[in-house]
Amino acid sequence: MSFAVRALTRSLNVFHLGGSACNNCDIEILDALTPRYDVERFGLTLVGSVRHADLILLSGVFNTKAAIRARRIYEQAPKPVVVVAIGACACTGDIFRKSYNWDGPVDRYIPVDAYVAGCPPKPEAMLEAVVTLVKKLRGA
Amino acid sequence: MEMLPLTLQVLVFPGLLFAAAAGLVTSWVDRMVTARVQMRVGPPFLQPFYDVVKLMIKETCVPAGGARALFLAAPLAGLAGAALASTIIWRAFLARGSGFSGDVIVLLYLLTLPALAVILGSFASRNPLASLGGSREMKLLLAYELPFVLAVLAVVARTGALRLEEILAAPAAATRPSGIIALVVAVLCMQAKLTLVPFDAPEAETELSGGAYIEYSGPPLAVFKLTRAMMLFTMPVFLVAVFGGGIRLGDGVLPAVAGVLKVVGLVVATILIRNTAPRVRIDQAVRFFWGPATLAALVATGLVFVGL
Ligand code: SF4
Repeated sequence: MSFAVRALTRSLNVFHLGGSACNNCDIEILDALTPRYDVERFGLTLVGSVRHADLILLSGVFNTKAAIRARRIYEQAPKPVVVVAIGACACTGDIFRKSYNWDGPVDRYIPVDAYVAGCPPKPEAMLEAVVTLVKKLRGA
Repeated sequence: MEMLPLTLQVLVFPGLLFAAAAGLVTSWVDRMVTARVQMRVGPPFLQPFYDVVKLMIKETCVPAGGARALFLAAPLAGLAGAALASTIIWRAFLARGSGFSGDVIVLLYLLTLPALAVILGSFASRNPLASLGGSREMKLLLAYELPFVLAVLAVVARTGALRLEEILAAPAAATRPSGIIALVVAVLCMQAKLTLVPFDAPEAETELSGGAYIEYSGPPLAVFKLTRAMMLFTMPVFLVAVFGGGIRLGDGVLPAVAGVLKVVGLVVATILIRNTAPRVRIDQAVRFFWGPATLAALVATGLVFVGL
């Protein structure tokens, strides 16, 4: 494992992009960032600007207008960056898949590296997704 | 301590490299104490180091329409200021006769360079949130510089010296009432100089999402982070030098350890303030620094003239 990969996987800055989620996924994401789980132990911190992000969390049903913005925000992120789709909405559309303005699952316009199923997924599930991603990046 | 050529002193010890390493350790202490206050375990020792190295391998995005050269050069100006300030302060601790008359004034200017770099960088990034952060940083700078300079003036007035070495040779300012008041004012100004809560309005994670730094990514952001870490270490050292008698390195282990402990004490006080105070609005900050803080610094200077 190169030192660069080690540094990257040791210091993932999380950017959370909510695309009109029902708010449950967002709350669970915030739960995962509380002192109870203490993700700073693994170098994960929440950042406010996508320019500082290494890990983008997408949650919710992105409608036709939000999808364009989501794609643009993804493009604004400095690479390398990894993307995780949080919740059934972002992965599949969930109960909103028949909605007239749903623009399809997020991986249609943003390359997604990990999917976390659940409505909403528990913080443990999100952390497992991050751990799996980190292992994959390190080639273990 | 006359072994290193001047360039190496600025770049390695006690300048850039030393201040960067010490700053990263200090910022680990900061995150660790914060974690303990929140009953967490906290990040590993090398975390701040990993953060900086990680940014080095990331892409650098320059916003379209921004002032490209200024955007990329601004962080370096701040880094240079912090490194030079550290060099001058530590040279005064290490070697007699290394300073020059008026180096305290030079230090006051050098210590404002990181803030100026943030202002320039934010205005160069052509982002409304960044310019808002930059303008807040500017107001904050105007606000805290007045009481900060007055607090230092209280010490200068008592010792009658504008040379750091002569201030270090005089008995520590913080043993007298005037010095204690000036030190308290200076600690509060340091909090604003480091843009830590309660004076972190220029960054304001919640409403400006990173504020002045919003458009920065990759190596330039790493330089900003490094500068911040260096200031987190250099500012307390400066205050200990001016108010607390400095770190005496020549006369045995005990005085040296005592000096380092003073720095650690100031750092921990800063961290505890930032963890227990809410953020104040920028107008409240300006009112505070130009009102009570300036008044207290003036009182301290006045006390010097009546011999206290
Ligand atoms: S997956 Fe469920 S909890 Fe999450 S946003 Fe969709 S409906 Fe809400």
